[in-house]
Amino acid sequence: MDRRTFLLGSLSAAALATTGCVTNKAATTSTSTAAAPAAGASSAAAADSIKAAWVYVGPINDGGWTASHDAGRKYVAEKMGSKVITTYKENVPEGAQVAQVIEDLVKDGNKIIFATSFGFGDAMKASAKKHADVKFLHGTGAWHDPIPNFGTYYGATEEAKYLAGIAAAKASKSGNIGFVAPFLIPEVIRHINALAIGARAVNPAAKVKVVEIKSWFDPTKERQAADSLITQGCDVICNGGDSPAPGEAAKAKNLPWVGYDSDQSANFPDIWLTAPIYNWGPYYLKQVQSALDGTWKKEDYYGNLKDGFNALAPFGKIVTADTKALIEEKKAKIIDGSLDIFAGPLKDNKGAEKVASGATVSADDRQAMSWLVEGVS
Amino acid sequence: MNDSIVMAVLISAIFYGTPLLYAALGEVLAERSGVLNLGVEGMMLMGAVVGSVISSRLDAPGPIVLLVAFLAAMVAGALTALLHAFATITLRVNQTVSGLTLTILAGGAGLSSYLANVWQLKDPATHQFQRLNIGGLKDLPIVGPLLFDQTLLTYLSWVAVAVCSWYLFKTRTGLNLRSVGESPSTADAMGLNVVRTRYIHTMIGGAMAGIGGICFSLSIVPTWVDGMTAGRGWIALALVIFGFWRPLWVMVGAYLFGALSSLSLILQARGFAVPPELLDSLPYIMTVVVLVVVSAGWSSKTLSAPDALGTAFEREAR
Repeated sequence: MDRRTFLLGSLSAAALATTGCVTNKAATTSTSTAAAPAAGASSAAAADSIKAAWVYVGPINDGGWTASHDAGRKYVAEKMGSKVITTYKENVPEGAQVAQVIEDLVKDGNKIIFATSFGFGDAMKASAKKHADVKFLHGTGAWHDPIPNFGTYYGATEEAKYLAGIAAAKASKSGNIGFVAPFLIPEVIRHINALAIGARAVNPAAKVKVVEIKSWFDPTKERQAADSLITQGCDVICNGGDSPAPGEAAKAKNLPWVGYDSDQSANFPDIWLTAPIYNWGPYYLKQVQSALDGTWKKEDYYGNLKDGFNALAPFGKIVTADTKALIEEKKAKIIDGSLDIFAGPLKDNKGAEKVASGATVSADDRQAMSWLVEGVS
Repeated sequence: MNDSIVMAVLISAIFYGTPLLYAALGEVLAERSGVLNLGVEGMMLMGAVVGSVISSRLDAPGPIVLLVAFLAAMVAGALTALLHAFATITLRVNQTVSGLTLTILAGGAGLSSYLANVWQLKDPATHQFQRLNIGGLKDLPIVGPLLFDQTLLTYLSWVAVAVCSWYLFKTRTGLNLRSVGESPSTADAMGLNVVRTRYIHTMIGGAMAGIGGICFSLSIVPTWVDGMTAGRGWIALALVIFGFWRPLWVMVGAYLFGALSSLSLILQARGFAVPPELLDSLPYIMTVVVLVVVSAGWSSKTLSAPDALGTAFEREAR
């Protein structure tokens, strides 16, 4: 082997190794132990402490979805102290690797595992069937799965979207509200509808224009979508995904902005209205505590404004006192049950009646919502 | 007038075409020297992340911070390209393999995201390239928003196109560069330093990709997001072929691709349902058509790729 061939070979090998490393990094990622195990208690009985693990689709510093879940994990670690050892895996892609990540977590002795992205569902269910002694909880997962040690959790974010819709309509002069949607799947459609119903409750002429970018992740496209909504006459922009890109488009034209899933009021003080946000901590605490106590019960948890799972981020300074009062009033009515945001009559955006007067959309139908309400285009 | 759909498309064509233009211009220079660098996406992200951290952390007046960020992004892109240059020119590794490795190494799941994590980038960059309303002329019909309401990055990109064009076709060193890309052994026999020429132009290519990166991180979406270029490095590569390795045509292509990327969203906002996938794939389809035209030999030979593109130069080999 002459020198050149050798060099070439070794470099290719190095290249392959690098490739392998990097791909792996995304899957294995960092692990942190938030609370040290009690000394000498590593083999302690389940009743003393529990190992709990989280599988995140993004990085914990994403300032949005994953950051909010990690705040929930820290809440559990803080509240339970030495009774829990928490672990997380970040940047886990929705693909074949996730099954291995979950199996590794089981092998490490985790007795309750949370996965925070819809695409993790199949791997979670497969592991749940194999390990009956471990609880598997799938965030945003589909309801009514029969596996006994598998549950789902999410929340009625539509309630907060409805309130955000009021803020948007009150801030709009033209009545045209722009919404940047990642994909028009039932969850996003439900949120758009709630926002439109809220907007039209205070301005019956309000219109919500939707642009679907067909990507979960493309900040440039999100900004382009917001730009195109603005040139089409929308004077308030609402986020369907959690990147700040639509806010940047709004900021360039000094237009009000409704974010999603993180409080960006400090970064966009002049245009910030509010954002529907999540508070995962109490749910996580309840699950981990009950798993430790042996009182865990399978459920499809659906949080809401009432139990504090859903909330609105602090209002920006451009939200008027009247609007704040109105939103607080509606929020109180949602919480005490006197306001059902999907109460009929509701028409779809082609004019056909979908919900009769006096009727509403059932919980299961909300999960499968596929039609846009009147005023959305 | 300035609100019409045509204007909306033209305005976004320039704004979103600018990073493509920088990256593709850089790649034109590299490919003209015979080095195919598929690492554009990775080099852009390295420039983007370095520009972003300097904008947020350097404590100095805005224009100085932006100047330093601009230069640092060029250095970051050039150093990333240096890896490729060393591997392909000195070690003569397959250019395709090395370029792909570079994108994986530096890209969305690699070094750029790692650095962003270390530097804790999550808030909007402190200093950003804003639109400059030159001479207060931005409200003129048609030309106002197109010519007088751009960011400094866009104005510089126009200068870069002119300079690259002049350099490639009107200067002696440009001629030398082209001969290195067409036939390195002839160039070598003429006494040109093939290795040095290739190193320099691969690194200039990286520097320009780095500028393309800060178009994202300091202008389009001034908050760092891992992998924020989302595949636009690949569009830039297609653009080089689409523009027949010529700066002016690359500029036309960059704006065409920029327009196409916004068109489906603009049409959606106006109530026309066009599948975005269709328009998003058009740049690639057009590139394939151009490739077919070029390789079928209908066009003059001067329109095709540099002859030695993708091949290593060995003095002793023939």
